[in-house]
Amino acid sequence: MGALIADTLQGPKVDWFALSPLLVLLGGAMVLLVVAALTPAWPKRCYALFTAAVAVGAGAMGFATWARVSHEGSQSLVADAMVLDKPGIWIAITICLAVAMAALVTDDYLRREGLDGPELYVLYMLAALGGIVMAAAHDLIVLFLGLEILSIALYVMAASHRKRLASQESGLKYFVLGGFSSAFFLYGVALIYGGTGSTNFTEIVAAFDATIDDRSNSALVLAGVALLLVGLAFKVAAVPFHFWTPDVYEGAPTPVTAFMASAGKAAAFGAMLRVLLQALPHWADDYRPAVWAIAVLTLVGGSVMAVVQTNVKRMLAFSSISHAGFILVGVEAAAHGANVSMGGDGVSSVLLYLLLYTVLVMGTFGVITAVGRTGDAATGLAGFRGLGRSKPALALGMTVLLLAQAGVPVTSGFVAKFAVIKAAVGVHSYAIAIIAMVASVIAAFLYLRIMISMWVADPEAGDDTRETVRVPALLGVAIGVSVLFTLAVGIYPTWLLDILP
Amino acid sequence: MLDAVWLIPALPLAGFLCILLLGRRLGDPKSGYLATLMVGGSFAVSVGVFIDLMSKTAEERHHLKTLFTWVPLESFKIDLAFLADPLSLTMCLFVTGIGTLIHLYAVGYMHGDERFSKFFLYLNLFAFSMLMLVLGSNMLVTFLGWEGVGTCSYLLISFWHEKESAATAGKKAFITNRVGDWGFMMAMFFAFWAVSSLDYSVINGSQLSSTTATAIALFAFIGACGKSAQLPLYLWLPDAMEGPTPVSALIHAATMVTAGVYLMVRINPILAVSAEYAGWIIAGVGVVTALFAATVAVAQNDIKKVLAYSTVSQLGYMFLAVGSGAYVAAIFHMVTHAFFKALLFLGSGSVIHGMHHEQDMRRMGALRKLMPITFGTFIVGWLAIAGVPPFSGFWSKDDILLAAYDKHIVLWIVGLVTALLTAYYMTRQVIMVFYGKARWHDAHEEHGAHGDLVSEHGELQPHESPWTMVTPLVVLAVLSFAGGFINLPFEESTERLAIWLEPVVGVHHSDTAKLPLALVAVAMGLIGIAVAYAVYYFKKVKAVEPKILADAWGYDQAVSNFMGGPGRKAFDGVAWADAHVIDGAVNDTGLLVRNTAGQVRKLQSGNVRNYAAAIAAGVVLLLAWFVVVRGIL
Repeated sequence: MGALIADTLQGPKVDWFALSPLLVLLGGAMVLLVVAALTPAWPKRCYALFTAAVAVGAGAMGFATWARVSHEGSQSLVADAMVLDKPGIWIAITICLAVAMAALVTDDYLRREGLDGPELYVLYMLAALGGIVMAAAHDLIVLFLGLEILSIALYVMAASHRKRLASQESGLKYFVLGGFSSAFFLYGVALIYGGTGSTNFTEIVAAFDATIDDRSNSALVLAGVALLLVGLAFKVAAVPFHFWTPDVYEGAPTPVTAFMASAGKAAAFGAMLRVLLQALPHWADDYRPAVWAIAVLTLVGGSVMAVVQTNVKRMLAFSSISHAGFILVGVEAAAHGANVSMGGDGVSSVLLYLLLYTVLVMGTFGVITAVGRTGDAATGLAGFRGLGRSKPALALGMTVLLLAQAGVPVTSGFVAKFAVIKAAVGVHSYAIAIIAMVASVIAAFLYLRIMISMWVADPEAGDDTRETVRVPALLGVAIGVSVLFTLAVGIYPTWLLDILP
Repeated sequence: MLDAVWLIPALPLAGFLCILLLGRRLGDPKSGYLATLMVGGSFAVSVGVFIDLMSKTAEERHHLKTLFTWVPLESFKIDLAFLADPLSLTMCLFVTGIGTLIHLYAVGYMHGDERFSKFFLYLNLFAFSMLMLVLGSNMLVTFLGWEGVGTCSYLLISFWHEKESAATAGKKAFITNRVGDWGFMMAMFFAFWAVSSLDYSVINGSQLSSTTATAIALFAFIGACGKSAQLPLYLWLPDAMEGPTPVSALIHAATMVTAGVYLMVRINPILAVSAEYAGWIIAGVGVVTALFAATVAVAQNDIKKVLAYSTVSQLGYMFLAVGSGAYVAAIFHMVTHAFFKALLFLGSGSVIHGMHHEQDMRRMGALRKLMPITFGTFIVGWLAIAGVPPFSGFWSKDDILLAAYDKHIVLWIVGLVTALLTAYYMTRQVIMVFYGKARWHDAHEEHGAHGDLVSEHGELQPHESPWTMVTPLVVLAVLSFAGGFINLPFEESTERLAIWLEPVVGVHHSDTAKLPLALVAVAMGLIGIAVAYAVYYFKKVKAVEPKILADAWGYDQAVSNFMGGPGRKAFDGVAWADAHVIDGAVNDTGLLVRNTAGQVRKLQSGNVRNYAAAIAAGVVLLLAWFVVVRGIL
């Protein structure tokens, strides 16, 4: 009987080693979920440190697979449903880094808010799992699976602050709009399947010869491309699919916001590169103008809207939209050389940007976590007043991070923006490069406003009764790592540029 | 050992970082010793590199250590690289050597200051910047150090920023230096425009047209004038004496102010091909500054102001040498001057410390018995700067005067007059401080406020300084005496510095008979000393200290008046244009952004239905593009 099943149900060959980052995260999540459910509350910091360790372990496995890819080249996995290549591993490592840092930022936050428990950490790991699958998918269905794993985890995480109405609201908003956009994405998958007869990237590419002659099939695929773009643009928070972002970022617990802005963005851009460059390279001339338009709208919209905000979390939500615009500039550049191999300046500039932005945004939201104080409510500009005097080291770190977000030289932000613009200029997309630079000048204003609040403004009268800002050890480590990394890459970028795929 | 050249700046940087992180915990005096140790370590490394370099033949005496590519663009590639060659190593040796001594001295001098560790934080940062400046293999790395030392100088001058005068002096130094920095940047732009590189090896090695070379040289000289306090940019240096005395000794006498001279020597091949008038300008500015500052020093009463003007004057000598093409003489004088001027400054610091922060020489006198070591070492410094053989200053000043004589006899004569004045004002200082009758009691009665001048027994008690301060004095005294032996003019083999520097600056020959010139120079020095003795010791002649000299010929005041008057109006005009034209444009753009955002903000209603509608609109637009425009049309 067993032999019969083995004969008829020939499972695909699975390269377990290549999937090891996923397995480590899955194992870690399961262990934490089950063991924490069966044991009394763990001593303080243990959930966070366990999660950070799992993330570091998964990242280390990522490095191991990287070494293999360096020797043997890219490989297709699990019957061509996924692929093991450097861009995918890069994003996997980026996401693992985000999980590790998010765990450190979350630790004291949960205790401060009276929410300590393992749930959020489990969700981090599962969301990361989904994100990594998205970035390594070689089949639209697999990609959609990853997208849903990530998204559902994020919905729950956004709503996880049970005592804050804003958190509940943000979770629900995110869920409704996310479901809406997922539907578009799924419809796009269906249309592509209708037009090409497959959801597998290799076969979609191979079907190009068939569709090119058949106008009706061509329209089917084009509509599919449009809808896939909608789903992905929603996930990366590109204008005009960004409306959820400020509300959700503001309402979600601050560490979760950090995770969304870093890991969520990295996964979505990884998936976008996959879909556009590996599944749909033949439609590059069709989607490039659309990407161009979305990038410009996102750059300008994010920067301009940020100017009138007064809540720092909300400001940074718009700032993250503007950053997404920058990354889209890199995607646009990559689309000029769209081919199956996923190489070129455009792709590497996007990957670099994602990694640097992940570290940057983690540190920035780390500071906001501290300044938010109990209740996560003091995230208005007023909450930052006088921080330069009461917590000079924290304010200094925040200043470095904000300067980096503004793209000031000698910080990683400059390196990231420079790489993207260089890639755009390299493919003669001068207009978008100029728009990107102008947008970053406008966006600089918002970072300056936060800095002025910290260093120049005095606390408002009667404000000295409020709780003082505390920087617990693990949070301090996360912010410190982020600041040092930001400066190290800014001063000496070559080491990172050399390993970039 | 050559590859370890990067350690020379890295050690002070490590010290800086350590003190930055642990400074408050280490405190007084541990952080001071840590800083001293780091600079001492880099001195040891410098010695090691020096020995390695010595063991090579003259042609091979340069070593490039590239740490990494700093700016990695194809057309604009700049390495963070260090160049170890005879010139940079000479600089490293005396910067780190004297730096170590002054760090040690400062441990004693700054003892009890509430910002003790911060002082050493800045001091180590300064050492790092200065070493970057001299070791950089291209102009950009040098510029990094150049700006670094400028910043540290600013921070240290205004270290006691509670004092209004210190804060103002810091600002003055900063602003004046910006003018010089502009010159340096222009020189960089010209060099890059001409040869598409900022590497000294490329700039010095390429065939530049005379015009380009002149432009680079003169712009670099503007930079040098700012950093090395030459006319018309010397203004900041006398005021810089508001900083703690170790800072005056290290930064404003021995090391930073010589950076301009270093820069000119570093680009000496460019000077060689530039127009003849470039050399004349440099020599002229140098010699006029030398004479000008010497006349001013004659009438100063502040113990440190005398030394400050003296430094300006001696730096003028170095530029006189550079302009005359005698680069070895310039470097030689730079080294000996670093010895004796550091010694004199530290000596004056020891006096100030012993006198409980009294700086007016009119309230000193008769200190030789109370501070014997300070006195003895100060005498050595005095003889060295006065040009008395065989002290070090004699040999190096003589070299410069020889070169000036070869260039033009007028330069030589002005140089001689300066030498006479130098001997005069230094003798005046020595007598006022260490001889005569003790005048501090009067001062005490006059200034009852100086309560801390009085000991427990109700008597004023100047005292000798602690060992950390006295040891550097003794070492520097030995160097000030013997420093001349690195370059004796008797025969070619004793001109060790000239041989050592030959790969960088080439050979400079003179057929002039040296002995008569030397005798005249010595005679001038002795006359200066004799006159000063007659005036201040025997009081045979009434002292001439016209107010115009004390006020530096009114130059400082004139500049202030100009800047406050017509200059102010001009700047107001510029500021108006800036506020109305440029800022206007910027502000209007800002307003536009704000208004637009205000309008768009209304879309961000918080209402999920509206958001979904926006998404749907986006979908329609995208579908229209893909299906209608790309698919059907």
